[in-house]
Amino acid sequence: MMACGLGLLHLLLGQLCSQLLGTFGNTMQHHLDPQTDNGSWEPEETQDNDSVVSAHTLLFSLDYQHVQVPFEITLWIMLASLAKIGFHVYNKMPTVVPESCLLIFVGLIMGGLIYSLNDQSPPIMDSDIFFLYLLPPIVLEAGYFMPSRPFFENIGTILLYAVVGTMWNAFGIGLSLYGLCQVKYFNLQDVSLLHNLWFGSLIAAVDPVAVLSVFEEIHVNEKLHILVFGESLLNDAVTVVLYKLFKSFNEMPSIKLVDILAAMGKFFLVGIGGVFIGFLFGMFAAFTTRFTKTIRVIEPLFVFLYSYLSYLTAEMFHLSGIVAIITCAMSMKRYVEANISQKSHTTIKYFMKMWSSVSDTLIFIFLGVSTIGNNHEWNWPYICFTVFFCLIWRASGVLVLTFFVSKCHMNTVTRKDQFIIAYGGLRGAICFSLVFLLPEFSRKKLFIAATTVVILFTVFVQGMTIRPLVDLLDVTRRRETSPTVSEQILIRFFDHLLAGIEDISGHWGQYYWKDRLEYFNSRYLQKILLREYDQPKSSIVLLYEKLERKHAIELAEAGQLTHTPSSTSLLHSRQTTMPISSLAPDQDVMANIQEILTTNLYKIRRVAPTYNRYTLPGEMGAAEQVKEILIRRHKSLQLSLSPRDSDKSQKEKNIYSSFHGDSEIKAKRCQSLTTGNSIASSGVKYSRSKSECYITSLKENNVELVNEDETDCDQIL
Amino acid sequence: MRVFFPFLSLLSVSSEQIEQLHRRFKQLSGDQPTIRKENFNNVPDLELNPIRSKIIRAFFDNRNLRKGPSGLADEIDFEDFLTIMSYFRPIDTTLGEEQVELSRKEKLRFLFHMYDSDSDGRITLEEYRNVVEELLSGNPHIEKESARSIADGAMMEAASVCVGQMEPDQVYEGITFEDFLKIWQGIDIETKMHVRFLNMETIALCH
Repeated sequence: MMACGLGLLHLLLGQLCSQLLGTFGNTMQHHLDPQTDNGSWEPEETQDNDSVVSAHTLLFSLDYQHVQVPFEITLWIMLASLAKIGFHVYNKMPTVVPESCLLIFVGLIMGGLIYSLNDQSPPIMDSDIFFLYLLPPIVLEAGYFMPSRPFFENIGTILLYAVVGTMWNAFGIGLSLYGLCQVKYFNLQDVSLLHNLWFGSLIAAVDPVAVLSVFEEIHVNEKLHILVFGESLLNDAVTVVLYKLFKSFNEMPSIKLVDILAAMGKFFLVGIGGVFIGFLFGMFAAFTTRFTKTIRVIEPLFVFLYSYLSYLTAEMFHLSGIVAIITCAMSMKRYVEANISQKSHTTIKYFMKMWSSVSDTLIFIFLGVSTIGNNHEWNWPYICFTVFFCLIWRASGVLVLTFFVSKCHMNTVTRKDQFIIAYGGLRGAICFSLVFLLPEFSRKKLFIAATTVVILFTVFVQGMTIRPLVDLLDVTRRRETSPTVSEQILIRFFDHLLAGIEDISGHWGQYYWKDRLEYFNSRYLQKILLREYDQPKSSIVLLYEKLERKHAIELAEAGQLTHTPSSTSLLHSRQTTMPISSLAPDQDVMANIQEILTTNLYKIRRVAPTYNRYTLPGEMGAAEQVKEILIRRHKSLQLSLSPRDSDKSQKEKNIYSSFHGDSEIKAKRCQSLTTGNSIASSGVKYSRSKSECYITSLKENNVELVNEDETDCDQIL
Repeated sequence: MRVFFPFLSLLSVSSEQIEQLHRRFKQLSGDQPTIRKENFNNVPDLELNPIRSKIIRAFFDNRNLRKGPSGLADEIDFEDFLTIMSYFRPIDTTLGEEQVELSRKEKLRFLFHMYDSDSDGRITLEEYRNVVEELLSGNPHIEKESARSIADGAMMEAASVCVGQMEPDQVYEGITFEDFLKIWQGIDIETKMHVRFLNMETIALCH
């Protein structure tokens, strides 16, 4: 915890500085407006004292006020990052206590310290700062790395949970709390129906930040993960509508039916408008990157700028910013990745992960800090029942909706998964910021207290217990296997098969529309948005080449490929490849492979099958080196593919035995070659071609491959 | 119509869907009682499908129609059409583990038959290559050689899954159905291999 202590020290230093320097010349203070309860980070301009000019101040002077704002911001970020280091140094902690809990705890400590130092409430996290600066990076990263295939396969279920589920929760909680307020004993008469419903709408929303940070560490199966996560992202649209709806109702003298209907219409507008704006900006971004060939350095910037713009534009029109930024990221990803360079791609990935990581940490710390203070009014019944109702309504909502889902045959969600979905409905900083945005009325502090308790309860209690529960219930976990070419082939085959069956049966189903979209994409969109319009490679080919490259790298690592073919042997092999045309690659193909590698390396990015906060998709090795390795390997294979079996098999044995000594790589051969004349009808002899002179068992070599691959979940940045 | 399809209660397809499929059948066959391969040319979107020939072939495959161990039928009637379609109905998870396992096997067997074109019970390298070539045929930039080597790579993986470490002189004959099952073990095919409109309501069809 030394790193943590160091961070605390920094911040204390900052506070102390501000205290001490008050006596020096410039006075400054954190100004907290007791009326609005919204603290801000910027100090107010205070009156300037006449500073005493003496000789020693000319040599050494301190002007803290000048740098105060950026200085303190940096200190906070520093604290967040040091806390993160601290947590990961002690490996045991994250397994029992999720990181979010620890961060809130640190925040609580910080808040307590500031409170005791200043004897005032510590600065509350400004809602503007949260919504405009802290939230977008997290959501952008989520959208950019969202595995689109499972997302769209389950989109019906996700939307149902997000929209109907959130409304169910909001109205359920609001109405139950109103019912509670009617009980005379609790002294809550003055909390009106509207206020209760308003409160319900903001407390109902599942928070993507909290969900991400907890689910990150428990590795449930992909479908469950995408359901909870997708729901937490998309329910923003509903929350925005409901919140603003009740806000406007609050200001209106009377509520008519027309207003309610308008609100329903508004809901569609918010959601669809958000999607539209996101898509628009995504297309702009893709189009812009088409022209960035000569200025590669600023390519990553466009991704961030356009995404942020989409968020801000949506917020400007009171549409859902989260939906907009996610749509933007998802729609531009495909084209941008084809257009930008490999380095830009790495930059984008790293920056996104970094920003979202920092944001996430800051949010939780601020949550802790803001909890301390005079903002709360305790009313035990109300608060306890709020927590209770949140749990009840969430559970019932999930149950009812899943029933409908299976009735309509949209999806199958098992009981265990349902339980995890209900239990994983964590509330977080969004609720917190929204409650601070409420206008001042008599019971606001009660709401703040209730929100704080709910958030702390869900994050601490549910966050900590979800992992043992997942183990206890034996929920299906994520498949930890590396992708294989045959799997990819099968999936692709499958897609086409189902699209075909849907065509034949005349039913326009999921696969039909996917097919159509692909067609539209290849006919029109790609021509506009991609710089070099050559048909992008099929994912099968991409995966295959990626695995090829891995083999090549492994070969190099094993110290192989030391022999360089001389020109005569090359010539010889070129001649001898003719009769064995079915086996050895001819020079054309090899040159083609080379060309493919050089021009298309940046295209070869496997979509991460699972989403993970802390890892980046595996990075490609040095292109040139790999290419060289691949060429050499092919050449070495050609050498050994001489018509004389015995000679060749001897050479093979040499190649293999020389690195059999390396226990890491288990090489395996599949068999002898078919020579030109033995391709009989029962020629089921599996012939060896350039790609498999040895194949490292993909399963056994899991560790190596997985480390390079995106499915490694244990690497932490 | 409900009278002369008594066996359909076994297929668990509801009557409205049968009517819908019957209409479609008539549309495809041009009001004839049977469909031939040529009739599938009437489906315009199928043209763009790379594995078109395999799909059409699957409809006439005797193994899928449960009429024999190999060979192709010349024409199929509505019963056969429904038999094929029934491979794509959703699995009812409430029926119990065994049923689910059986349904899954049936579906995977259908897929296996699509790969194994010569009906010898094994997917040989040539057949696999054929599949990959067809899959990638929509992409003009892929060389035939690349497709072949991809198929080889896939075969290798299959071999490693099924047989494990192989001796230098061992020959891998081809993927059998058991091996095929092994490969697909981790992937939940049963939830994905269905066409949505076919749902599971079993209605007593024979009155």
